[in-house]
Amino acid sequence: MATETIAGTEVQVDEEGFFVDPNVWTEDMAGELASQVGVDELTEDHWTVIKFCRTDFDAKGESPTLRRVSTETGVPTKQLFALFPKKPAKKMSYVSGVPKPKGCV
Amino acid sequence: MNKLVVLGAGTAGTMVVNKLRPVLGEEWQITIVDQDETHYYQPGFLFIPFGVYTKQDVVKPKQRFIPSGVDLIVSEIDRVDPEASQVYLAGGNILDYDQLVIATGTEPRPDMTPGLIGDEWRKTVHDFYTVDGAVALREAFKDWEGGRLVVSVMELPFKCPVAPLEFNFLADSYFHERGIRDQVDITYSTVTSEAFTKPVAAKHLSGVLESKNIAIETDYYPERVDPERKVIVSYDEREIPYDLLVVIPINMGAEYIERSGLGNELNHVPVDKHTFLSTDYDNIFALGDAADLPTSKAGSVAHFAVEMFTENFPNHIEGRPMTERFDGHANCFIESGFGKGLLIDFNYDTEPLPGKYPLPGIGPFSLLKETEANHWGKMMFKWTYWNLLLPGRELPLEAQMSLAGKIQEEVGV
Ligand SMILES: Cc1cc2nc3c(=O)[nH]c(=O)nc-3n(C[C@H](O)[C@H](O)[C@H](O)COP(=O)(O)OP(=O)(O)OC[C@H]3O[C@@H](n4cnc5c(N)ncnc54)[C@H](O)[C@@H]3O)c2cc1C
Repeated sequence: MATETIAGTEVQVDEEGFFVDPNVWTEDMAGELASQVGVDELTEDHWTVIKFCRTDFDAKGESPTLRRVSTETGVPTKQLFALFPKKPAKKMSYVSGVPKPKGCV
Repeated sequence: MNKLVVLGAGTAGTMVVNKLRPVLGEEWQITIVDQDETHYYQPGFLFIPFGVYTKQDVVKPKQRFIPSGVDLIVSEIDRVDPEASQVYLAGGNILDYDQLVIATGTEPRPDMTPGLIGDEWRKTVHDFYTVDGAVALREAFKDWEGGRLVVSVMELPFKCPVAPLEFNFLADSYFHERGIRDQVDITYSTVTSEAFTKPVAAKHLSGVLESKNIAIETDYYPERVDPERKVIVSYDEREIPYDLLVVIPINMGAEYIERSGLGNELNHVPVDKHTFLSTDYDNIFALGDAADLPTSKAGSVAHFAVEMFTENFPNHIEGRPMTERFDGHANCFIESGFGKGLLIDFNYDTEPLPGKYPLPGIGPFSLLKETEANHWGKMMFKWTYWNLLLPGRELPLEAQMSLAGKIQEEVGV
């Protein structure tokens, strides 16, 4: 575990930088988290996805999969790859302050 | 008269009725519904393409495994009306229930990926998740002279998460034995970032892939297949060329789950992960592959889950709390070719670790290590499945995972 300062607040993160406690995340942290994973600007579509990740995590206790995000928000999977290049499932969770998606076992 | 209706007479449903019939009194009527008269031993599908098993080895009539005092109805399920506690069968018949167990599993849906089903399906594009698919692939392999073999996972989760790895290992072994391994390029593509989802096991399994000269393409999320150009295309537009493609299709729960409003985006039923009770209805359970649980979709999990469920169920119907809690225990032999295999054992909280798996009488088996004993463990499983598991007899396996024999230092590597 390590501590990082995001948007002026100290947060505890795991080895890969995911928040240990998703509840400390606030919207003003998203921009800085996004630039750490190579997403320079957060557009409206980014925010649709981020907000869904937050509400879904609150409801289910788990980070949503790409299929779930796409089905529930209507943002096509292809677009998710454009918004969060290369590893969208991980990057969406990272920027939203929710745990690294489990992938399924 | 109270009514228990079980939907699906596969691995989980069959075990449930065998375990519950003796413990529920005569005031409980038990009915089980399945669309298929044949029970398939699905773990056997893996071996058919390599000529180890034939179709005859993996099929038996379902009725043989249904105990007396339980009615088997052979019919497709059209939908469930959870508000009215009724099941509509495809023919129009309606079954009332007091308690419902959903055990209709998850099925391969090649139709969900553009380009899979077409003129090349079962010619140069295959699956081995159905008996017909496995038999067609046997025919394709028999005369194959070599080229690029690509094994590709379309989506997570899918049942038996180790099956594609085993398929790669067996293909390596099979083409060696045919003397043409040097003519065959094998590539495994997976949606995950590593060979397997759990870190310690992933490290061991990547080592095995490498030692067998099997290339791996990770974070690969297929969008479509172009059978004319013979390439798979991912959402981020990476292409993998093939001569023979073997896919693990998108796995989805039955369509009636969606029609009944009981499923998630893949028609798997959200349940409490310790008791299998539906998150929405307190007279509906989902067991086995049909449930949306954060553990493997596997026969071994269905077995451990059914053990817990059948302990709890008599309490639940009496209005008492369910005291047994499922821990996500999974236990899988992994065939690795050349007469060897590995074994992994894990649960919700503990990932697969190396060490020994103690088993009274036959064990110990080595965990995460290729041994001949693990191969024989896997081959013995067919007999165990038909003769002990389905009839609900006692097996010397604990439903709860144990740390005995496991080496824990590697955690967190
Ligand atoms: C290739 C392969 C290899 C595998 N290897 C292993 C292994 O080595 N070890 C292991 O533990 N597991 C393995 N598995 C997984 C294992 O077979 C499944 O996890 C297990 O069978 C799940 O049991 P279930 O009862 O949930 O579903 P199933 O056994 O699939 O049963 C579902 C039943 O529901 C019926 N059904 C579905 N929809 C409807 C409908 N609408 N109307 C009526 N009936 C319906 C079906 O006909 C079926 O009989 C493997 C699977 C495959 C495909």
